[in-house]
Amino acid sequence: MANTAVANLHPRLTPAELAQRHGLKVANDRPPLREYTRQVWAYRHFITAYSRAKITSSLSNTRLGQLWQVLTPITNAAVYYLIFGVILSQGRGSIDNFIAYLCTGVFVFIFTQTAVANGTSAINANLGLIRALHFPRAALPITVTLVQLQQLLMSMVVLAAIVLFTGEPITLRWLLLAPILFLQTIFNIGLTMVMARFGSKVADLKQIMPFVLRTWLYASGVLYPVSLLRDHLPDWAATLMEANPALIYIELARYALLDSNRENLVATPMQLWGTALAWTLVVGIGGFVYFWRGEKEYGRG
Amino acid sequence: MDVAEQTQAPTDPSTVDSQRVPTVIADDVHVIYRIHKGAAANTGATAALKRIVSRTSTPNIREVHAIKGVSFTAYQGEAIGLIGSNGSGKSSLLRTIAGLLPPARGAVYTLGQPSLLGVNAALLNDLSGERNVALGCLAMGMSPDQVKRITPEIIEFSGINERGDFASLPMRTYSSGMGARLRFAIAAAKEHDVLLIDEALATGDRKFRIRSEQRVRELRANAGTVFLVSHSLGSIKDTCERTIWLEGGVLKMDGPTDEVCRAYEGR
Ligand SMILES: Nc1ncnc2c1ncn2[C@@H]1O[C@H](COP(=O)(O)OP(=O)(O)O)[C@@H](O)[C@H]1O
Ligand SMILES: [Mg+2]
Repeated sequence: MANTAVANLHPRLTPAELAQRHGLKVANDRPPLREYTRQVWAYRHFITAYSRAKITSSLSNTRLGQLWQVLTPITNAAVYYLIFGVILSQGRGSIDNFIAYLCTGVFVFIFTQTAVANGTSAINANLGLIRALHFPRAALPITVTLVQLQQLLMSMVVLAAIVLFTGEPITLRWLLLAPILFLQTIFNIGLTMVMARFGSKVADLKQIMPFVLRTWLYASGVLYPVSLLRDHLPDWAATLMEANPALIYIELARYALLDSNRENLVATPMQLWGTALAWTLVVGIGGFVYFWRGEKEYGRG
Repeated sequence: MDVAEQTQAPTDPSTVDSQRVPTVIADDVHVIYRIHKGAAANTGATAALKRIVSRTSTPNIREVHAIKGVSFTAYQGEAIGLIGSNGSGKSSLLRTIAGLLPPARGAVYTLGQPSLLGVNAALLNDLSGERNVALGCLAMGMSPDQVKRITPEIIEFSGINERGDFASLPMRTYSSGMGARLRFAIAAAKEHDVLLIDEALATGDRKFRIRSEQRVRELRANAGTVFLVSHSLGSIKDTCERTIWLEGGVLKMDGPTDEVCRAYEGR
């Protein structure tokens, strides 16, 4: 019917030809990768403002408000201290300062864990926003990671206190924490993007994730000394487990913070840096490209 | 169907083609919503895992076919009214034109980036009106400097501060009319090639309606095309010379506002 209208006005043109002739673009077309990257960069102010808004609004209904950013990691550390430091005080192998060892692992792991868990619903939980406003959708998984980064930085303040309190010296290596967390942030953004696209298609993924993430926690040498892997697994399996990115970032953080743990690292610092960099590049870039390829689909529900 | 064929081409056919620039072309657009009903049974992790492995879809997925093959062409300088009963697909069509809701079949071509301003635009209810203005402007692609400059203007235009300093209170404390006014004010702050207005004007009071209709006329003069969804035929007759009537996701009639409104009222 309205097709007839078009046909009458432009006897020889199909809608697509008419669009092309006047330079019209498909409404939800996916821009080329470079252009998309440029758009994401141009939206950096939106991304940071939105992250800050998320942090404010997530705590705005609690009485203690922003204080929870510090209280949460302290509570976490206290629980782990109670269980692993007081109740189960065996099985720590050659680790001298097990509490600091444990807390470093827990805080670094929680950064990736929460980012991935929240990233799974980054698209589906924001369908209202997606169907109302125009912005590169990659802003959403990035926001998820930045919100967790902010939480991580608070945790690191708590961690520094714990580490000092348990008798570790302050060394120049502490400065390495900045590049380590930077690499982990890029890694998390990439992984969050993969999960966001995957989660936008498979709604059931959200139900599965807690189990996957708990398995990952057990495989990442957080709650027990990493050396146990070599002691109890065949060599090839241990090597495989030791390439686990979460474990790599955790070991690097321990290398930076814990002077007492220098002998117990799973690999030499150089090897750790190399593996960490490789994971960051592969997952960071791969995740971004994978997410970009789905840009047209987000919002369909 | 018949009606549509008699009433198309609102202008003199001899002047068209080369002189009129199309801004929105909808070519047999279908929109389908997929809804996960999230049923009580079968939400356990094992059931979910089984579904993922066996690649069967969730048993509780329902599809709503909201738009069923709509085609039309809109031109530069036109203001087009969109009417139809509740659930006829007006909002869905606007979202699709805006590129926010991907069509299941067919295509929408647009000149420039259309902007949707609707009463459903999701802002963050826990944040103050002021921060929502900043966020909305950033999301429309403005620079932080521009945002800082334009925020007072937007708040002023929305008039939410007429009864005390509401701009610094969370949006959940606003009446629905105030929220809608603020959203309209945000979206109207930018000049758009194609402006899509979804019932935004109906919620404000009389004074705000006059002010916003004035603003729509300005935006229209400055740029391309305006689409207006409204249940008030009066405001459509005031602003639009062409009207599209949707019913049940199908384009029922497309033509000069007078004719379409007459048919709509006499349905
Ligand atoms: N977010 C949504 N999810 C699922 N179905 C929807 C959604 N929004 C609208 N619909 C359905 O699509 C149809 C058209 O709705 P809508 O476009 O909002 O109509 P209108 O704006 O004309 O009232 C309705 O049947 C409605 O139930
Ligand atoms: Mg509607």
